[in-house]
Amino acid sequence: MNKWDTLTPVLIQSIGETVYMVAVSLLISGVAGLVIGALLYATRPGNLFENRVVFAVANLVINLIRPIPFIIFLTVVIARVVEQNLVAVDPGTVEAARAVGARRIGVLFGVVIPEALAPLILGYTFMFIAVVDMSAMAGYIGGGGLGNFAIIYGYQQFNQQATWVTVAIIVVIVQAGQLIGNALAHRILRR
Amino acid sequence: MTAVIELRGVTKSFRTDRRTSTTAVDDVSLTVEEGSIVGVIGYSGAGKSTLVRLLNGLEQPTSGTVEVLGVNVGDATEAKLRDLRRRVGMIFQQFNLFTSRTVAANVAYPLKVAGWKKADRDKRVAELLDFVGIGDKAKQYPRRLSGGQKQRVGIARAIATDPRILLADEATSALDPQTTAEVLDLLREINRRLGITIVVITHQISIVHELCDQVIVMDGGRVVDSGDTYRVFAHPRAELTKRFVAAVTQGVPSGEALAALAAGGGELLSVEVNEFSSEDVSNVFHRHGVRHSVVYGGVTDVLGRQLGTLTYRVHADDLDTVVAELRAHTDVVLPAQEVRS
Repeated sequence: MNKWDTLTPVLIQSIGETVYMVAVSLLISGVAGLVIGALLYATRPGNLFENRVVFAVANLVINLIRPIPFIIFLTVVIARVVEQNLVAVDPGTVEAARAVGARRIGVLFGVVIPEALAPLILGYTFMFIAVVDMSAMAGYIGGGGLGNFAIIYGYQQFNQQATWVTVAIIVVIVQAGQLIGNALAHRILRR
Repeated sequence: MTAVIELRGVTKSFRTDRRTSTTAVDDVSLTVEEGSIVGVIGYSGAGKSTLVRLLNGLEQPTSGTVEVLGVNVGDATEAKLRDLRRRVGMIFQQFNLFTSRTVAANVAYPLKVAGWKKADRDKRVAELLDFVGIGDKAKQYPRRLSGGQKQRVGIARAIATDPRILLADEATSALDPQTTAEVLDLLREINRRLGITIVVITHQISIVHELCDQVIVMDGGRVVDSGDTYRVFAHPRAELTKRFVAAVTQGVPSGEALAALAAGGGELLSVEVNEFSSEDVSNVFHRHGVRHSVVYGGVTDVLGRQLGTLTYRVHADDLDTVVAELRAHTDVVLPAQEVRS
């Protein structure tokens, strides 16, 4: 059992690395994805900033970038998730906001995004879990974090216990994320 | 009287795909006077919704000029249009409330957009919610409200910036009759107390009868009848107007209904009731000592005046004289005689 004396600090550091990886990638691609997704939504034919050229170009670029992994990939997937949730917002609320004289950009950020908040949170929760999974894969190819810990101290040193502990921690992180996401979304939906 | 809305030769077409387009509004010219309540009636697809969206610049005319409160909607800048929209409120069939905002925040939204300070907004919102009768719902979210309450929020939001015109797009079509009556009362009060001109889009003739002093009948994007509500319905020019009236008043009996009535004896007399009321008809009968009873038909109330067709069973010796006297005032049909001949 005393090998956990040396493993525990490494494990804690690995958790930190995973959390860091997930947080940074989600933050960067979450914001970028929101902007690109909003752009896609707004420039769609018939929408606030209808612009066939911008929409077609953004759409094409996204489809081209999609095969590139991780941070950029993530941005693009989040952009699609955001776009889909914004498209589902009742166009009537957009019309109502425009009818009282609101600026189009004000309608986009003041009405469309708040109206889509609950599904957006669920979408981001889904992406959070995907990123935790991805970070474990990143660990396998040398990216550090819990994935790396499981490989080096568990799999390669025949320490089953270390492997299972790592898996359990990942499951806990995923569950916690899902619970928080669901709770937030439901709080908004129940209003 | 000043015109607050003036349309001249307005056409609006939409491209449906690369080659074809549809014309939603076709060469429409009309004037709306300040302080009036105007009904735009027609079946769905008649271009009513497009017409009303031309009035606040949510749609731009393909040709012709749309002038609202002195602003030419066709060539106004975006900033000018936003300014116009603060002076033209709009309510919707599905209410279109912001589900992410409380009732108070929904009503405050136009004020925020117009740059009101928080303290002024709060005061105005409280006033508005009291005016529409839901002062106790300020902190609720729209999801929790009934249809009638939602439309009250929609109305409060629409009149928040004290507009001169209110556009109502099928505003009562999603409501039950009782709630519809309440909303119509509220609209009437807004018109009378605040002097706001109201343009009502509807497919329900009863709304026009109860609320509107002017009516515009639309069919296939065109205006087929328009003018003073009573005159338009008492003397319809277009087929569609006649159908709208017949739907409410039953008209002249025919087919099985007529056969059954004709078997009852006497002579059947269908009299159109308009400025010449049912009391006037009875007076003629009394003068000639004609025994009579109403056996078919209906009368509707248009802003307090009668309109409809009544069919009487009469027993008269000098029927021709009676009919001639009635015909001096209104249209009379003898449906049973027409079938016999």
